[in-house]
Amino acid sequence: MRYLPKSDSDRREMLDAIGADSLEALFAHLPASVRLNRPLDLPSGISEYEIVRYFRERAAQNADDYSCFLGAGVYRHFRPVLVDTVVSRGEFLTSYTPYQAEISQGTLTTIFEFQTMICQLTGMEVANASMYDGSTAMAEAAMMAVRITRKNRVLVARSVHPEYREVLRTYAKNQEMPVEEFGYAAEMGTLDLAELERQLSGPPTAAVIVQSPNFFGIVEPVQQAAELAHRAGALLVAVFTEAVSLGILHPPEDVDIVAGELQSFALTPSYGGPYAGIIATKERFVRQMPGRLVGETIDADGNRAFCLTLATREQHIRREKATSNICTNQALLALMASVFMAVYGKQGLRELALQNLAKAHYLAGRLQPRFCGKFFNEFTVRMEGKSPDAVNRALLRQRIIGGLPLGRFYPELADSLLLCATEMSRREEMDQLAEAIQ
Amino acid sequence: MTSRVRPHLSYNEPLLFERSSPGKVAYQLPELDVPPVDPKEALGPSNVREAIDDFPEVSEVEVIRHYTRLSAWNYAIDFGMYPLGSCTMKYNPRVNELVARLEGLAWAHPYQPESLAQGAMEVMARLEAALAEITGMDAVTLQPAAGAQGELTALLMMRALLERRGNPRKKILIPDSAHGTNPASAATAGYAVENIKSNEAGMLDVAALEQHVNEDVAALMLTNPNTLGIFEEQIERVAEILHAKGALLYMDGANMNALMGIARPGDFGVDALHLNLHKTFSTPHGGGGPGAGPVAVKRELEPFLPVPRLKRTGKKWAYDYRRKDSIGRVRAFYGNFGVLVRALAYILAHGGPGLRNVTLDAVLNANYIRRKLEPHFDLPYPSPAMHEVVFSDARQAVHDVHTGEIAKRLIDYGFHPYTVSFPLIVRGAMMIEPTETETKHELDRFIQAMIDIAGEAEQDSEIVRNAPHATRTSRVDEVAAARKPVLRWKPA
Repeated sequence: MRYLPKSDSDRREMLDAIGADSLEALFAHLPASVRLNRPLDLPSGISEYEIVRYFRERAAQNADDYSCFLGAGVYRHFRPVLVDTVVSRGEFLTSYTPYQAEISQGTLTTIFEFQTMICQLTGMEVANASMYDGSTAMAEAAMMAVRITRKNRVLVARSVHPEYREVLRTYAKNQEMPVEEFGYAAEMGTLDLAELERQLSGPPTAAVIVQSPNFFGIVEPVQQAAELAHRAGALLVAVFTEAVSLGILHPPEDVDIVAGELQSFALTPSYGGPYAGIIATKERFVRQMPGRLVGETIDADGNRAFCLTLATREQHIRREKATSNICTNQALLALMASVFMAVYGKQGLRELALQNLAKAHYLAGRLQPRFCGKFFNEFTVRMEGKSPDAVNRALLRQRIIGGLPLGRFYPELADSLLLCATEMSRREEMDQLAEAIQ
Repeated sequence: MTSRVRPHLSYNEPLLFERSSPGKVAYQLPELDVPPVDPKEALGPSNVREAIDDFPEVSEVEVIRHYTRLSAWNYAIDFGMYPLGSCTMKYNPRVNELVARLEGLAWAHPYQPESLAQGAMEVMARLEAALAEITGMDAVTLQPAAGAQGELTALLMMRALLERRGNPRKKILIPDSAHGTNPASAATAGYAVENIKSNEAGMLDVAALEQHVNEDVAALMLTNPNTLGIFEEQIERVAEILHAKGALLYMDGANMNALMGIARPGDFGVDALHLNLHKTFSTPHGGGGPGAGPVAVKRELEPFLPVPRLKRTGKKWAYDYRRKDSIGRVRAFYGNFGVLVRALAYILAHGGPGLRNVTLDAVLNANYIRRKLEPHFDLPYPSPAMHEVVFSDARQAVHDVHTGEIAKRLIDYGFHPYTVSFPLIVRGAMMIEPTETETKHELDRFIQAMIDIAGEAEQDSEIVRNAPHATRTSRVDEVAAARKPVLRWKPA
């Protein structure tokens, strides 16, 4: 087998050195009753050619060459070629977590740069080396707020990604962390500040969680939500799922924790993952932050060097008292996002965001957005007289994947589709979509 | 004497921000084919940001040079052996990278219609079935993003099952040799942790377990083979003791590389386990992630699996979201699909008989190292080794040379250090896991390096204590980093 680098004579020599008759003899100490006495019921191994063919066939069963207007937490953005050039280097791809700083300065330096760029983008003072994804980053941010405030109730806006809220509930359930939701304004599509204020007058609250742009693509009044939260002694957790929006949107001030998803930064949609989440916060909360952190230091010769730091927050040191059970981060994906940020840079990220804004507003101009709130590159449209599913089915016949029918997550919006346009949406495609919908 | 590494050009490289200068770009967007929009009008003036202060401004060639130079400061499997116990750093087949990037898979949107996602769903269903067969379990969820999240997922399911039986119970038992994620995950699932001692053979003390198990115990979390590389020979008895008191047996599957085709957790009494696809199933570590931590369970736990579940309706795959007993979601969408693709490619490449050969060679390699190094290093637990072997620095410590220093000295010989100071029950632990993808030649080089270092510890201990010497970065001051954390670059 091509991945096993020994010849039979190598094995024989090694067994002789060990003093074993056969490979089987190495397992003689296992109780007979635990042994599997038959071959695994899986087909024999196949060649590289057959592997490629198998996955090409699977890829062909999926959508191929469709226009796509889905967003809803996963966005189609062009990936600069340099991203794969860099992450395909074995030095990055096949290296381990950088615990051994002297031979991991490459990875450590890229993470330090990553932490810096996330701070610059979010306006926060510290950022970690990444989390699994946006949804788990949000749940971890809520638990972090509970540790900081020593209160346990969490209020989350219904305009936050529905699957993120589901993950939050799963994490919260056994931590005596009641999660309550507050609604959105029917006209604007923004979070309902009055309802938030009412709920904050209830039991003590650890965190208020809002997402901006929200699930409907609309920019939330984060600042006002933060003021309400702070007045009630709660922290404000701001979530983002569309990182490109940070190229043009002002990072909200007065936010205590930012939890976000970097999929938009050169991570392919990849049917839902792997992605990279982040948590960024104020310096004073750093010891309650989950996840790996890289810090600057010096080596024995006084040269600048980097290493993993503040590990006393983490599970391998603190075990059950750790800030989180998380062990891995998403280093390779954080690297992809870093290369993306380096390629687009200061000017490019802004121009990219402006293109997204222009495309979505062009499409929205041809359709009638349901909400009147300010939006970035996604918006909601009510289907008149047809069901969103029927509209989508008709679109598929024109090789267009339409929007996300919202009824699945919001019964009151069962007549609506969530549509997204990015820099990759061409005008002809958008015209075709608009004509097909009307 | 084995040959040490020799220096090669190592470029100095500033941070991106230090390379940056105004007006440089590495991108070009297509000309906008729709009218531009005034952001202040579209978003509201107060919502629009000015320039992102200090964000990088570099050219394309500088991006390539920057990351290429940094990459050269890393060690990686592509350079040589990573004897990191418990981490299973094996060769990462490159065809897996290619298939994960096929457009129909890599650009599949998680919300595209099921009718246009059948290929992706087939990949996941096939992987679920393969993992169930390998582990001897009844059902598998691919949703958890990594091993620790897999642990949490399984514990939440166990809790749900015990609640259904009338009492979620209070405690999780964890052997003193366990990975740190085990107690951390137990705490996240709302359980108290109680540690159980290992016996002189390096196995779980069954008598102690019997005393600990009562109506308050929800489950035992056990790694098997354990972190000493020793198979828990009493595993069936352990399962019996737990089950007799209504408690469950969770297995940390981090060491599944020692068992494929040889023994199946499902056949020796395990109720749930997670797998680390980035260990046993060869998906690249990527400097710390992404991983994937599928969980395999027995039928009794199946109703509690995270939503959605794949189901076959006629000739099509579909998602089932209506599962009233499910613990809910543990992450958005369906899991780290790109990692799942790579793992399935690995399983297909080896096939059933081949996976067994993986285990045979992994165990052969560990035992070979053990036999060759036993004359030179202290072996605290003489029980038979599986896929890894744990020595201690006891014989070097008398010369005031310790495991961490020996590990750093290995770097000068061209190897990544072994796992240091873990498991916690071995003082001065040196935990070595070669995996199956090392040649005999590389193993012999590693063995000779270890023997040479043992010699240096006796005769020239300073050279070991101050290692590494061959790296561009000498010993890094981690204490200073923690004392006054500098976690981001700032302009001077």
